Amino acid sequence: MSVQAWSTLLIFLSFALYIGVAVMSRASSTKEFYVAGGGVHPIVNGMATAADWMSAASFISMAGAISFLGYDGSVYLMGWTGGYVLLALLLAPYLRKFGKFTIPDFVGDRYESKIARVAAVICAIFISFTYVSGQMQGVGIVLSRFLEIDTTTGVLIGMAIVFFYAVLGGMKGITYTQVAQYCVLIFAYLVPAFFLSFQMVDNPIPMFGFGGELADGTPLLEKLNNLHGELGFASYTDGTRAHVDVLFITAALMLGTAGLPHVIVRFYTVPKVRDARKSVGWALLFIAILYTTAPAIAAFARANLIQTVSNQPYEDVPEWFSKWETTGLMSFEDHNNDGLIQYVGPDSGLKNELTVHKDIMVLANPEIAGLPNWVIGLVAAGGLAAALSTAAGLLLVVSTAVSHDLLKRSFKPDISERGELRAARISAGVAVCFAGWFGIHPPGFVAEVVAFAFGLAAASFFPVLIMGIFSKRMNGIAAVSGMMCGFAFTSAYILWFKFLFPESSTPENWWFGISPEGIGALGMLLNFGVAGAIYRLTPPPSLEVQQMVDDIRVPGSFRTEMNDE
Amino acid sequence: MSKQEEYWHRNLRLVFGLLFIWGAVSFGCGILLHHYLDNYTLPGSHFPLGFWFAQQGSMLTFIVIVFFYAWRMNKLDHEFDVEEEQS
Repeated sequence: MSVQAWSTLLIFLSFALYIGVAVMSRASSTKEFYVAGGGVHPIVNGMATAADWMSAASFISMAGAISFLGYDGSVYLMGWTGGYVLLALLLAPYLRKFGKFTIPDFVGDRYESKIARVAAVICAIFISFTYVSGQMQGVGIVLSRFLEIDTTTGVLIGMAIVFFYAVLGGMKGITYTQVAQYCVLIFAYLVPAFFLSFQMVDNPIPMFGFGGELADGTPLLEKLNNLHGELGFASYTDGTRAHVDVLFITAALMLGTAGLPHVIVRFYTVPKVRDARKSVGWALLFIAILYTTAPAIAAFARANLIQTVSNQPYEDVPEWFSKWETTGLMSFEDHNNDGLIQYVGPDSGLKNELTVHKDIMVLANPEIAGLPNWVIGLVAAGGLAAALSTAAGLLLVVSTAVSHDLLKRSFKPDISERGELRAARISAGVAVCFAGWFGIHPPGFVAEVVAFAFGLAAASFFPVLIMGIFSKRMNGIAAVSGMMCGFAFTSAYILWFKFLFPESSTPENWWFGISPEGIGALGMLLNFGVAGAIYRLTPPPSLEVQQMVDDIRVPGSFRTEMNDE
Repeated sequence: MSKQEEYWHRNLRLVFGLLFIWGAVSFGCGILLHHYLDNYTLPGSHFPLGFWFAQQGSMLTFIVIVFFYAWRMNKLDHEFDVEEEQS
């Protein structure tokens, strides 16, 4: 069977599975729509969170990015998993005890402020849309490449699927489809990695094989460093970024991860506080299965790529090379007209003739390694699972923000349960259409906007939530001013270097050597500083709020104090 | 100190201790000490140690931290008798 036949079959089967699961788990109340009824088992929730979190970027782009960045790519690995430690220790159990439906719920109630609630809603919607446009684009790319249909049709198919289960099933439908999607995506990610690892270092476990020896006895990583040295690239295990920058980017990604609304809301769906604590652990474990494999794939793919193309005659390139050239993700320009491919780095003194897009490293990896056709089809289905599961989770945040936070809690409190559920479905539908539009007409700056989303979550959401839980005296005025300062500072810095004067974005011009990707961590410190100064000068919040803070700090209650049990 | 305050202080102490480890493996071993640790390899493999912490070791430690916290806190809840009632 051909690659296309296998891809079509596997994609079709996976879609049928998702629809089947969705039909079996329809939501019939707002509680089921928003938090799946609040009765999801912690392991199931962990798996769903993993699928929710791992997007097209994690599945398709991350290993490729690490492959080209080497050590510098570690920021994604540490940053996107380290956030779960913050989530587990500082946020999830307390927010679960608080027990409403959304983050704006918590912000609004804790700070007794409609402005804070609406500001949180706007942040949540902005972050979610930023993300979702990348997912829909991912769906379009995978479908168009593997099924050879055009990208627009690809995005429309993706929209139809997400529409079906997000609008019908709400959180309940999404949770159980995400479990199915996790299984598909992790299987699709690991199978080619097992093959590769076995081929290259004779060890079927890629996580370990990565530190193993090639057939000629040299360790893989040493071989890579040698190849990089010969071709004028920076050493694979050292990277090029300054320590301070790596530190701040990692911190911003960690803080941003812990502040992302679609991840936090998943921990409202488990029955108890003790389940929320455990569930974060399961989520992290399921995520780490992919995240510890990614750097292995990165190293294998890097060595494979260099050995396959470097100094080879262009006429003899394998079939996959020309196939990916037609998609524009790979291009060759023979600067010195010798007919050979000079793939070299900045330190070689030669002109590089080959440009390779990072997404190729995962998508074309099975072909580069000559793996069977069904494995290639599997990768297509896995990439779709990753993109669809994240898109659905984000769309739900948008729809909840509109129907619950804006309508029910802010502007139309007398709306009926059925009306609210209908509003949730309509806004989910509208959000799907918006997302599809962004997927078909992607703004040219998706990567920049994603940096924006993380910086924003780190500098605004994260500190507000932390202060709300860990300081009883923190009041609305102080928290909102801190949030405004952190937000303004972070967005000004990113706008300046990413959009207004991108040519000036060099380490010499950055403040303290911190790149725009890492500035959210500094914005967070500013937020804490401003809020910490102002709350000393302003009156503490009402007694009810202080009582509420006491209450969320314990899973149950202290029975001795003014308790009528 | 009331029981409630004591419970909270013990929670905070645990959180700070674990966050220290969290920072030490990622920011410490994975980033600031990366070049120094790269002089050694992870026993039984060919990973330069600092590089390994950055790409795998810190993540594995994170998992242990989260499960340890869950286990310890669920025990603390029992000790202070503040578990959730059946709902």
